[in-house]
Amino acid sequence: MFSTYPGQVVVDHPVKVPIEHRFDPYVDNGGTLLSIAGEDFCVVAADTRLSEGYSINSRYVPKSVKLSDKTVISMGGCYADCLTLTKKIQQSMEWYHHAHGKTMSTAAVAQMLSIMLYQKRFFPFYSWCILGGLDEEGKGAVYTYDPVGSYERESCRCAGSASSLIQPFLDNQIGFKNQASQKKTLSLDQVLRITKDSFTSATERDIYTGDYLELFVITSKGVEVQKMDLKKD
Amino acid sequence: MFRNQYDNDISTWSPQGRLHQIEYALEAVKQGSASVGLRSNTHVVLLALKRSSGELASHQQKLFRIDNHMGIAIAGLVSDARVLSNFMRTECMKSKMMYDRPMPGSRLVSLIGDKAQINTQNYGRRPYGVGLLVGNYDEDTGPHLYECLPNANCLEYFAVSIGAKSQSAKTYLEKFAKDFGEIDVDALIMHGLHALRETLQQDKELNINNCSIGVVGKGQDWHVVEGDRLKAYLDQLESGVAPAASAEDLPQGEAMDTE
Repeated sequence: MFSTYPGQVVVDHPVKVPIEHRFDPYVDNGGTLLSIAGEDFCVVAADTRLSEGYSINSRYVPKSVKLSDKTVISMGGCYADCLTLTKKIQQSMEWYHHAHGKTMSTAAVAQMLSIMLYQKRFFPFYSWCILGGLDEEGKGAVYTYDPVGSYERESCRCAGSASSLIQPFLDNQIGFKNQASQKKTLSLDQVLRITKDSFTSATERDIYTGDYLELFVITSKGVEVQKMDLKKD
Repeated sequence: MFRNQYDNDISTWSPQGRLHQIEYALEAVKQGSASVGLRSNTHVVLLALKRSSGELASHQQKLFRIDNHMGIAIAGLVSDARVLSNFMRTECMKSKMMYDRPMPGSRLVSLIGDKAQINTQNYGRRPYGVGLLVGNYDEDTGPHLYECLPNANCLEYFAVSIGAKSQSAKTYLEKFAKDFGEIDVDALIMHGLHALRETLQQDKELNINNCSIGVVGKGQDWHVVEGDRLKAYLDQLESGVAPAASAEDLPQGEAMDTE
């Protein structure tokens, strides 16, 4: 006879106990992305680390994809959802080109992405999307989304795991908020320096951000890609 | 004579072992205006004569883009051509989605053959009334040219022609086919234009409105040369000068403004 505590029930046969099974399809693969719209350019930047919990699955998985000479999309969250959503966008852009003989404008892609996301309102794509590009007037454009398609055009936005670290910095440096300085237009060089500094700083404090930084610079000449190292710890 | 008894539907054989509905469908292709295709070891060129219903009308589009590495030229019922080209585009996108590589031409052409065959064996359906010339460039196996007809036969060619007076173009192509292998893309286009010119009626000639050239090949996505950009080639054709290698005439990569 072994000791029992008050209220404990001891039986000598196996007992059926209900176990809750849940369908838990979402995984957070981490990473950070940002996009800044300039006068005649747009920068889309994202780190390339793919994580799962405390593990790193890969040091180089690009989060940004060039959709056309004028548009780049970047997505964070569940990488599987991001991958399929990107393919869906590319297919739709191809059908548009077959039907109309021209590339979709950035604004058209922006609206279409919103519709696509809301179509899965009741089993969403777990993707935090930022669309960057040039509008029909050649000015920089940034569109930000939530996972079910709410979207807005902005001048700069950061999304992903380190967004709460970088966004206030961007508001201050790009939006000139909460400081006495005068607003001025920023050159591509200044924007790139702010972007790189944002990522190196975020890498220090956020475990999900690091490894490499991929920068897509969209100008009237097309899309140029730069890659730089970030800390790998 | 007896033809009329056995030609009412697709599922009736004639005593001679023929399906007359298929032959009538082939007639529809022969009635369409000419399309010519030819290939070298690096490129495929498709050319088409565009018909217009009158002075004030536009010329019917005859070349369709299927994917970056593939395009088609048609002869026959344009509406059937649209249905088939949408099918081809969908299959190419599915292939890229599933296997992460461009659709091989031979595989797509088999799918077209299978689809066309259904309409030659089910009661109540009719064969497609369009012939396709499919040109594609495969990274591993190079350029390919296929002819797909309503009888569901899909064969590969070095050079071929379909539509009205296509036999005249074939005669020209057969004469010069042995030269096509090594020449550059501009020379290939010039041969194609000569072949296409053979199919014209006596009093007509090629101009920038009634002609269309599609090119795909090594290092060059499918794109169509139409309108003003044809001038250089048509001038060469007129002057009878041997084609010069003028690669600047041909736009590199994807042309986003023509279809």
